[in-house]
Amino acid sequence: MNDHNYIQNNHDPDGIDRRGFLKCMAWAGTGVLWTVSGGVLASKTLAQIAKAGSSLPKATDLSFLQISDSHIGFSKDANKDVTGTFRIALDRINAMPTPPSFLIHTGDITQLSKPEEFDTFDEVLKSCRIKDVFYVPGEHDVLNDGGKLYRERYLKHIEGKGSGWYSFSKNGVHFIGLVNVLDLQAGGLGQLGEEQLEWLQDDVKGLSAETPIVVFAHIPLWAVYPQWGWGTSDSERALEFLKRFGSVTVLNGHIHQVLQKVEGNITFHTAMSTAFPQPAPGTAPSPGPMKVPVEKLRSMLGLTSVQYKQGTTVLAVVDSNLT
Amino acid sequence: MTTLTSRSKSVAILCAISFLNLSRLALNGEMKDPDNPGNKQNRIEIKDFAFNPQAITIKAGEKITWINRDEEPHTVVSVEKQFKKSTALDTDQEFTITAGVPGTYTYFCSVHPKMTGTIVVEK
Repeated sequence: MNDHNYIQNNHDPDGIDRRGFLKCMAWAGTGVLWTVSGGVLASKTLAQIAKAGSSLPKATDLSFLQISDSHIGFSKDANKDVTGTFRIALDRINAMPTPPSFLIHTGDITQLSKPEEFDTFDEVLKSCRIKDVFYVPGEHDVLNDGGKLYRERYLKHIEGKGSGWYSFSKNGVHFIGLVNVLDLQAGGLGQLGEEQLEWLQDDVKGLSAETPIVVFAHIPLWAVYPQWGWGTSDSERALEFLKRFGSVTVLNGHIHQVLQKVEGNITFHTAMSTAFPQPAPGTAPSPGPMKVPVEKLRSMLGLTSVQYKQGTTVLAVVDSNLT
Repeated sequence: MTTLTSRSKSVAILCAISFLNLSRLALNGEMKDPDNPGNKQNRIEIKDFAFNPQAITIKAGEKITWINRDEEPHTVVSVEKQFKKSTALDTDQEFTITAGVPGTYTYFCSVHPKMTGTIVVEK
């Protein structure tokens, strides 16, 4: 198990141990901005909750994994075997000493929305011992049919509203899956739209401010780099509904690299892809698959583990690469 | 989003134009007219998440062909739904339409909506 990059022993309350931290720092050298989230998030949210005189939420320990941007069907130079690297990511999940409760896939399952690409994904996923998976679509999953096939395959068992958004609660944590890749407007960014925003406002209305919130969507819900379309035009409106909560964790994909920002009680985090990296914002003429030396590729692919510990408002967000 | 302001204006103008022309769609993916000088090839290359050239002026009856040179799929979609949209174009795939009634038309990539382009069709 020594070659795995997730935390096996965690004795610190900040959600990350020294060994894991050093591993995280090791991949910071790839040019990706890395911020360890646990400590920062913990100190902010706990301080604010203490200030507000609120009690800590009643919840039990929970861990789940985020995988993203599998791009099954892609076969260009940046990674000629995306199915193979996806399989490696699943192998890592299967080898975890404490299995996560469920997976979240934050979109771009396929490269071109082809049925056979979805078939390959589903077939490979069968090898994963975690069977509970929650999905939100990426733009690559809804290319030609407005997401019809995607919804039939991945959202049928969820009582999705509108174009497929939904929420659920586990262990006292409220999860919200949003869709921001459909009906995009010329010149614009990712978009949630009026109907979804209204639903979101209503969905969280009855929740107490101590309820930990996890929002997941494909395109970042913060302005990572609008020049490349890396943002969501109406995300600010969505976040308005969430500002009153003591702990909000926003998990996105799309940009194929780890970036993080903390804004008040809201932590934004983007995950690595299991297929290929993309350039850091503004460092190339455009976004898109980035070719790196073969021996470096797996250090730029990965998955994200999120842990929630009972009695705290900390959601420790820890990324692991596939080396 | 300041860049949207001028674009929004042009979209509004286009809305008005297209409203007047609704009964005779100006560009049609299937339209064939052998009497028009339609053999000239106007090519728009899709590269680095941009349409090149971004604006093109052509004569009615001419063809326009987009070719995707990126490793990302892109689409060609009329903002005002004035011509049939392309399917997602993979690397080196092409999409061709034939220009009809004169006018100015904007289009974008529905996958990466930051990508926009303009076609001016002259008589």
